[in-house]
This record gives sequence, C-alpha cells and structure tokens, in this order.
Amino acid sequence: MDQIFTTALRFGDNAMVLGQRLTHWISRSPTIELDIAFGNLSLDLIGQANLFYELAGKLEGNGRSADDLAFLRDASEYYNVQLVEQPNGNFADTMMRQLLYVTYADLVFETMKTSPQKDLAAIAEKAQKEMIYHVRQAGEWVVRLGDGTDESHEKCQAALDNMWPWSHELFAYDDVDEAMVEQGVLPSAEHLKTQWLESLGEVFKRAGLIIRDDNWMPGGGRKGLHSEHLSYILEEMQVLPRTHPGAQW
Amino acid sequence: MGKQRPETANQIDRIWQVLDGVMDPEVPVVSVVDLGIVRDVEECKQGFNIIITPTYSGCPATLQIENDIAGALKAAGFGDAEIVTRLSPAWTSDWMSEKGRQALRTFGIAPPQKGSNVSKRALFGQDPLVRCPHCDSMETVQVSEFGSTACKALWKCKSCAEPFDYFKCI
Ligand SMILES: [Zn+2]
Repeated sequence: MDQIFTTALRFGDNAMVLGQRLTHWISRSPTIELDIAFGNLSLDLIGQANLFYELAGKLEGNGRSADDLAFLRDASEYYNVQLVEQPNGNFADTMMRQLLYVTYADLVFETMKTSPQKDLAAIAEKAQKEMIYHVRQAGEWVVRLGDGTDESHEKCQAALDNMWPWSHELFAYDDVDEAMVEQGVLPSAEHLKTQWLESLGEVFKRAGLIIRDDNWMPGGGRKGLHSEHLSYILEEMQVLPRTHPGAQW
Repeated sequence: MGKQRPETANQIDRIWQVLDGVMDPEVPVVSVVDLGIVRDVEECKQGFNIIITPTYSGCPATLQIENDIAGALKAAGFGDAEIVTRLSPAWTSDWMSEKGRQALRTFGIAPPQKGSNVSKRALFGQDPLVRCPHCDSMETVQVSEFGSTACKALWKCKSCAEPFDYFKCI
C-alpha cells in the first residue's frame, strides 16, 4: 500500500508543480489564445493532481485531504521529477519542457489505466484523455518553433539542450517503480523510454531539432531532492493556506 | 412530507426528471443528464445515490454542479439523495444526448463529433470538420485547441467570419 501511496503522490506532485508553473504564463503569453490555453493546461494538471492527492490521502489513512497534501508539505516532501520544476524560461523552453513531460505522462497512463489497481487506473484513464490534447499542442508548437524562423529554431534547439538533462530522471526507476512495474501499474523503464523516444523523434524530425546528450543526468526529485526552484514555487503557492490555516472563501 | 412515497421505480423516474432540469453552469442550455454527467440513479439503504462523473479532472464547475443537483433534489423532496463521484469509465463527449447536441447548436456552440477517440490520437492528426453553428457552413478553421472552458476549443467560420466555440471530443 505504501508503494501505491508513493506512486500516487509522485504523479500528483508532477502534475501539481507543472500546473503551477504554467499558470505563470497567464496574462504573459505571446497571444491571447495561448493565455487561454495555458489556463486550460494548468487546470487539467491541477485537477489531475487533486485526484492523485485524494487517493494518496485515502491510502495513507491519516485524514490528510488533497489540499493538505498540496499546501502543507515542504519541498523535501515533494516527489516530483526535477524536470517539471525547471523555470519557464522563454516560450520555447516552456513548450519543450511540456512536450518532454506530457509525452511521458501519456505513455505512463496508457499502462496505468489498465492496471489492477482500480483507483489509479480510473485516474489514469481520465487523465490520459486530457494528456492527448497536451501532447498534440506541445508537439505542434515545437514543430512550429523548430521549423520556423532562424531565431525561433535557435531558441527551440537551445530549449531542447536546456531541458534534455532533466528528462533522464523520468526513467531512473527505484524499488517502488520496479514494484509498480510488477503490478502492472507502470511500464518498464526500458519500454517506456523506447516509446517516448519514438514519439519525440517524430516531432524533432519535423522540427529539425537534434538531441545533444552530454550525459549529465541530474535527478533525485522523486526522492525529495530538489533544485532551489521548487521552494520558490511552493512558497508562492502555499502562502495563503500557511498564513491563514483553514481559510475558506 | 407526510405523503406516502410512490414505489421506487417511479421515484427514480422522478429523480431523472428533476436532474434533467439541472443545467450545466457553463453551458446553461444543456442539462447535466444531456451532458452525460449523471451516470446512474441507484436506490440504497438511506435513499438514493446519484452517480456522477466529471467532464474534465480540473473542471471548476464540478462542485457547483454537485451543489445544484443537491439543491434541486432537496427542493423536489429527495433531500436524502447522496451524490457519488465515479471516475471510471471516464466521461466522453459521445455521452452527450441528441437533445443536448441540438441545444448546444441553437446556443451557438458547435457540438462534439461522435467517435471521440479516433483522430486526435495521432500526433499530427487532422482537425475535425466542424459545422458553423451560425450559418451552417463547413468552411471553418480551428483557432486554438483550448477555449473559454476546459471542454471547448476556439473556432472561426470563414463564410460568415464569426468566431465560435466547439465542444471538444474527448
Ligand atoms: Zn458561419
């Protein structure tokens, strides 16, 4: 049960932190349509986080609500991959981070939705329907930027170079993940990475981008080790419930 | 109440009628039944369970929908009905009724196409062909896959030049 709890929390945290990150584009996007799109993308992710947190709270059995899990944990108790806490950077950086993560999440949910763990399966089934739209949106933008002007191409390639090292952690499985593979909740890391690279490869080919891997593999987010960015994200996100415990409106 | 309750089947029919009068707060011409959010009405020990499912994980209207349903049922004498959220099977736009689709069109929103999971799976799939709800033209184009609410996309008609919402397939 602990392992399911950890898995629910990890995917909840990935969605929560990425959703919170994306909200920062609202009112700052290149176009009003993107403003609206970022609002929707965030909403989907935060909604998914809520579902994972509700499940985690239920499994834990200590009465922690989804809000408690979102707002009353410190960075060291967050188990998201470091990829999703990376700064938004420019628009290309954000769309590249988005593409790397949502392509992964879509593939994970494909397995999770058929797992015998019914609660996780139900969330994954729901979330994947939303993720398919995210994958398309991110893919279309990466192609548009990569295959656009010289400047957009350069920025998009730089975004790939910037974000790529953080993607390795998606496949750095630990004991919990291996147990989840055995239970049919997660795909094996090897299988997942093959499919992920295949899906990304199609986008990068159209976008004219190349993967430049320098074998730097930062990680540890899924164990609670984070870059300094996460503390800032959480501080902003948590200030109200921390300052006014139990506030309602 | 004092009055004797009619038999269960009649009560369940009555509940469905009440629910069909509860409109979606974001699309106030389509009822929660026509939208396919209400999955079932079941009798249970303490009354009735109303099984609902959210359209999108993060749909901010979900809580209001629950409150509206509870309020309508209470007003109709079903104060003991309990609302139960069930995630699986996940909501699909295919569950929207023909009546709901017609109401959307009249309201100026293009209804979702049936067969929700076919085309958009492809990474660079074709956009669907969508009829303009204003002038019926098929000469329409997608402006953005994400619109004013989670369930809608932004479209534009090339014939009458009007923008419109398209209720997304999911
Ligand atoms: Zn028209």
